[in-house]
Amino acid sequence: MYQEVILDHCKKPRNWGQLSNATHKAEGINPLCGDHIWVSMNVIDEKISDIQYEGESCAICMASGSMMTAKVKGKACSEAIDLTEQFRVLTTEEESKVEPSGLGSLAVFSGIRDLPSRVKCALLPWHTLIAAINSQSEISTEGDKDPVPGSGTKKG
Amino acid sequence: MGKIDREVVTVDLDAESIKKDFPILSNSENNKSLVYLDSGASAQMPRLVIDRINHYHQHEHANIHRGVYDLSEQATISYESVRSTVARFLNVADTSEVIFTKGTTHAINLVAHAFGRTFVRAGDEIVISHMEHHSNIVPWQQLCEEVGATLKIIPISDIGELDMEAYGRLLSERTKIVAVTHVSNVLGTINPIKEMVALAHSKDIPVLVDGAQGAPHMKVDIQDLDCDFYIFSGHKVCGPTGIGILYGKRNWLERMNPYEGGGDMILSVTFEKTTYAEIPAKFEAGTPPIASAIGLGEAIKYLEAIGLERIEKHEKVLTRYATEALTEINGLTVYGTAPNKAGVISFGVKGVHPHDMGTLLSDDGVAVRAGHHCAQPVMQRFKVPATTRASFYLYNTLEDIDRLVSSVRNAKKIFS
Repeated sequence: MYQEVILDHCKKPRNWGQLSNATHKAEGINPLCGDHIWVSMNVIDEKISDIQYEGESCAICMASGSMMTAKVKGKACSEAIDLTEQFRVLTTEEESKVEPSGLGSLAVFSGIRDLPSRVKCALLPWHTLIAAINSQSEISTEGDKDPVPGSGTKKG
Repeated sequence: MGKIDREVVTVDLDAESIKKDFPILSNSENNKSLVYLDSGASAQMPRLVIDRINHYHQHEHANIHRGVYDLSEQATISYESVRSTVARFLNVADTSEVIFTKGTTHAINLVAHAFGRTFVRAGDEIVISHMEHHSNIVPWQQLCEEVGATLKIIPISDIGELDMEAYGRLLSERTKIVAVTHVSNVLGTINPIKEMVALAHSKDIPVLVDGAQGAPHMKVDIQDLDCDFYIFSGHKVCGPTGIGILYGKRNWLERMNPYEGGGDMILSVTFEKTTYAEIPAKFEAGTPPIASAIGLGEAIKYLEAIGLERIEKHEKVLTRYATEALTEINGLTVYGTAPNKAGVISFGVKGVHPHDMGTLLSDDGVAVRAGHHCAQPVMQRFKVPATTRASFYLYNTLEDIDRLVSSVRNAKKIFS
């Protein structure tokens, strides 16, 4: 599981930090292993113009988060949601059900399928991404344009 | 501390040959290289325990305490004889003070309900420690919430010992029971139970001891400890899952209400009134895990034949050897360094998350536990989200420790 690409992202996480004026933000917690992360984004016209990721976690979670930010940056929210589903299928479904997808180097996570206890680590950043996307849509339906930082759905 | 002489260990207890008694550790097909260092969670079963359980299923199975036919009589005799085996194992004089439960968690819940609902009232206090497993925290917390009592916590020091002065101060006329672990499942600390019981008894307070990590690893003498309740699990003493033991003093058990109602625990039942059976039946409602109980009896006989004192000594040598070798690794911290310590080593390595450590060790065939070990307050005390834990038993060898240490070094290198 600990291949070069994962170790590289773990040691040098991309897009590390928290955007100060994020339009979308969520906090992800896995109480079982203590992983605690934040995803913050700027979404303009339904497109993720900027995204940052930060937290304390194991290497699997950290690399997954780092590679996720690199993958979804500049993409439409709908694309990010689609990629999240592809990543879920890749890490949890039987190999035969996985179709060639747009995940690219994230395919390295397919091995986590054989480590059920670690699947949650890989999925946490993606769940948090979805929570961040939803946090804005929930708030925007009530006409509030200025979400409170850190008010995103807690996942765990 | 001098270096461990490897010869001393093999002379005293031949773990290499003991390992051969355990099919899962000597299975040439897939587990030949398994280094099993998670006996603190569940110990492996020797062949004779597995065979005994199989034999029961193939030749002896019938429900107990009911049938008048030979098979049922024989099953009852086999099952009840385990009660005597357990009494001997714990040096309990009165066999009816030994109660079969589903395990340690079930037994603690039994006492929290049956003792708690009989003797604990609003304003009372229950004393536990900061190093308890969740199963010796949550049942008491639930009791406190229900009756309006308060949980008091004995603090622990930086090396993982109970603060005995604070313990003395916590005991008052409001204290209804002390519930404390014999050995910490995270820190390995062996608590001074005899001293703690004496202090509590001087104020007429009963003491429950969670022996899940005690009874498997050292000779337990109930009459010497004088505790009021002592509890352990079958699967941690090389027996099967689904069976555990509650020892309780007759004086308390007789005054406690039953925990569960049903068959086997009654004297007579009418729609107007039920009278309960005498102990131990009063606390054993329903058909028990007969095969598991019989397996537990066989496991205890196996441990007794090897000798609990020898097992304890062997684990001390392994623990010292492992501690020395692990602490030579830069950036490695051992949590729990009490001088009186059992075969449990929790550690963290700077830059390597415990879960990554666990997975990497698993890749090398080394089975350890990574996580909070169902003891989150201990994690909070030492300000870590999780630790990696290696726990030892009679079948572990110095080579197992060498494999652990080299695998930890390897994991560290991967992340450096």
